[in-house]
Amino acid sequence: MRVVLRLFLQCVLCLAALSAQAVSPDLLQKLAYGEADDKLAALALIVAGADESAIPLLQALADDSVQASPDTREKKIILIVKDGKGVDAVTGKAVEPLSEGLEDVVINNRVRKEITTAIAALKLASPDKAVRLAAARELQSNAEESMLPALARAVAKESDPDIKNLLALTQASIQLSTGDKPARMAAISALAASNNPSTKTLLIGLLAKKGNEFVEPDADIRAAAQRSLDTVQSKLSTGERFGQAFTGISLGSILLLAALGLAITYGLMGVINMAHGELIMVGAYSTYLVQNFFKANLSGAFDWYLLAAVPVSFAVAALVGMLLERGVIRFLYGRPLETLLATWGISLMLIQACRSIFGAQNVQVENPVWMSGGVEVMAGIILPYNRIVIIVFALFVLFMVWVMLTRTRLGLFVRAVTQNRGMAACVGVPTKRIDTVAFGLGSGIAGLAGCALSQIGNVGPDLGQSYIVDSFMVVVLGGVGQLAGTVYAAMGLGIANKFLEGVAGAVLAKICILVFIIIFIQKRPQGIFALKGRFADN
Amino acid sequence: MAPPIPTSLFSRLYGPRGWMVVGAFALLAFVVFPVCNLVLPKDSLFYISDYRVALIGKIMCYAMVALAMDLIWGYTGILSLGHGVFFALGGYAMGMYLMRQIGLDGVYHMPLPDFMVFLDWKTLPWYWSFTEHFWYAMLLVVLVPGLLAFVFGFFAFRSRIKGVYFSIITQAMTFAFMLLFFRNDTGFGGNNGFTDFKRILDIPIATSGMRMTLFMLSAATLIGMLLMARWIVTSKLGRVLTAIRDAESRVMFSGYNPVHYKLFIWTLSAVMCGIAGALYVPQVGIINPSEMSPANSIEIAIWVALGGRGSLVGAILGAGIVNGAKSWLTVAFPEYWLFFLGALFIVVTLFLPNGVLGALQDLWSRKGGKRSDAPPAGAPTNTKVPS
Repeated sequence: MRVVLRLFLQCVLCLAALSAQAVSPDLLQKLAYGEADDKLAALALIVAGADESAIPLLQALADDSVQASPDTREKKIILIVKDGKGVDAVTGKAVEPLSEGLEDVVINNRVRKEITTAIAALKLASPDKAVRLAAARELQSNAEESMLPALARAVAKESDPDIKNLLALTQASIQLSTGDKPARMAAISALAASNNPSTKTLLIGLLAKKGNEFVEPDADIRAAAQRSLDTVQSKLSTGERFGQAFTGISLGSILLLAALGLAITYGLMGVINMAHGELIMVGAYSTYLVQNFFKANLSGAFDWYLLAAVPVSFAVAALVGMLLERGVIRFLYGRPLETLLATWGISLMLIQACRSIFGAQNVQVENPVWMSGGVEVMAGIILPYNRIVIIVFALFVLFMVWVMLTRTRLGLFVRAVTQNRGMAACVGVPTKRIDTVAFGLGSGIAGLAGCALSQIGNVGPDLGQSYIVDSFMVVVLGGVGQLAGTVYAAMGLGIANKFLEGVAGAVLAKICILVFIIIFIQKRPQGIFALKGRFADN
Repeated sequence: MAPPIPTSLFSRLYGPRGWMVVGAFALLAFVVFPVCNLVLPKDSLFYISDYRVALIGKIMCYAMVALAMDLIWGYTGILSLGHGVFFALGGYAMGMYLMRQIGLDGVYHMPLPDFMVFLDWKTLPWYWSFTEHFWYAMLLVVLVPGLLAFVFGFFAFRSRIKGVYFSIITQAMTFAFMLLFFRNDTGFGGNNGFTDFKRILDIPIATSGMRMTLFMLSAATLIGMLLMARWIVTSKLGRVLTAIRDAESRVMFSGYNPVHYKLFIWTLSAVMCGIAGALYVPQVGIINPSEMSPANSIEIAIWVALGGRGSLVGAILGAGIVNGAKSWLTVAFPEYWLFFLGALFIVVTLFLPNGVLGALQDLWSRKGGKRSDAPPAGAPTNTKVPS
């Protein structure tokens, strides 16, 4: 034990000594007393040495906190002075009290600029990724030709693709502005390999015109820049389209979740449930309550509260739905317009109840840690985990509904009641109970949608209102009584919406979609997928 | 069997009792209110404040919308969830004129409306041209909602969209319009809409006299619309409309084309809403896109349902009751208003299928010992409600 400790201590001491001797006394002298050119030469040497431990000294120089005894004195002392305490720049030992007659080491702007770049170059060699990234960013804005060798070294050594990209870009832009023609051509073609949006800006700069004259006089270089620009642009737009497709699918899966429940209550049972949005809200608030419960009582398992929230939000929403069915909707079967009005009334009361209980403000529902962040598939395109989880969740719910409707006895009953209520009753299907259960199921799925929505959007009393029109559009577009239609409609609307958003902006996109649906329904009132058979015309 | 249509127009519209009610209303609106508001001193027991006048004027505009809704829903069986849009479009057309009337008196003292100056626009958009003329604005009030309804109805009715489908796409239309008008770039003031009106026909708008003029104009329009609607529903046209509501296929089999009838009444209904909106805006002093929210349009349906579908007076009564209750409850118990409104929706649909008026008539006939087999004039038969 003692041996280990001693070894450790020795190591620490060693390191301390090393860092103190980062800059050899010789170079230090030049930095402190030399003319500007001497200083620059010394800096170049330090950068070439690529020793990170010189950073504190350089930083101190840049901050004007290095003091030295006058040139004439025999014994030269160079101190880094901070808050009245001095540290010997060579040995790294604290010097107290400060010697008399010390003078500030004065540096001019040229040197100061060089020092900043040198610090950045040194930081690029740092093992810490964050430090390297910050340095690369800084370099991008003030890079000079003298940095090229250091940059080339850094690019070669760099393992992180982001930083490497950034550095390569900086390197190319330095070469572009200073190099001779072959070097510039090479730099331009190297840029084509990048998929960074700022490359585009750089290349466009080469092609810009000032008045009638091109900024860049050389036609070859312009042609090369144009070629590279095309390559980069096509790569970028592929990435952009991919990103749009992903957000489209994500929106589609949200619409699907919101509309699946409606596909059962409206599509299968023919009940216009205007309170469907509020059942989504009930699900979201259930999730909020479960979250609070976990926070208060089971904070260790907080990351997994969603697993509990899923069944709870389903159960609560289903319960509310079944109560509604028993209490109100049951008496209005066969009178869809009255159902519409009554359920609208219910939705108003649910909204107000929610406001009275939880307040009119949005409540905070946190993402579990494993859902935050995202995976980056290409430069600038990050797929957030919570969106991916919701897509998977939507597929899961869809699968469960499909299984329920086609593979279970309950599903068989539901379909039988949908197709011919009287006949189903005659062969012994308890139609009234099936109504209640089916409505509960549809409501429960709305609750699941609420649980999912709570992870990506605001949870407030008006949550449901913003989804009700959309979900009806999905069901109507998809065709009543059809799960497949609902899926296609949700995905189609989601993706179309996101692509239009890129062209026309969010509001206009939404308006376009609504107009499209209105026109579509005029042409095909039965939706994309019409039920075939006698009951299709009802 | 419906009674044969009487030959005299006067006796056809209303019986003696009905005319007495209309007359009493006219007396109230054209004599009692002006006297109590303008002539009586403010501390008098019978004084009616400006606030009351504006409130009742506003409710009369809502009553016009309820009439329009009753024609299309109560009599023809088409539930529109888009009447709020027609109302707001009429209001916006009027608002454009009122904005132009502000002239240089805006906050920025510029010839452009303030919100356009704020957006740094230099010229009026093309659709604002001529809006400085009153007659042109009035034309827009009628034409814009009418044209929209005509085009929308033409396509919808031609593809035989009916029932809930029609309701849902009208709601989609409402939603789209609301989004459109919320945009600043649309050129209608975005979020804030139009407000701060100064003059109408170069006369200052915020005076008691102008308020009373608008009030009486609203009352006159309401009476006019009531009589017109009554004329329609008691005519042969009205009977075809009711027939469409109760059995559209049979109407078709009898050789009528329901599309024409529906399109006519739908467009007329929209124009009525537009006029109501145009009267509403100068009295309330503001128009903004929230008037177009889907919730507002559904609320119109509950006015009619509460008063009594298929009864014109019922629709007016319903608009009065709900909006009266709203203006009282939202001040006295703001947090209970939505509960009340929600409960109203449920109670009316479950227990008052013929509305308050229908229930009263039922009670009346039961008391009198004679139960009429026929439901009150024009009321929907509830065994088979239009879908």
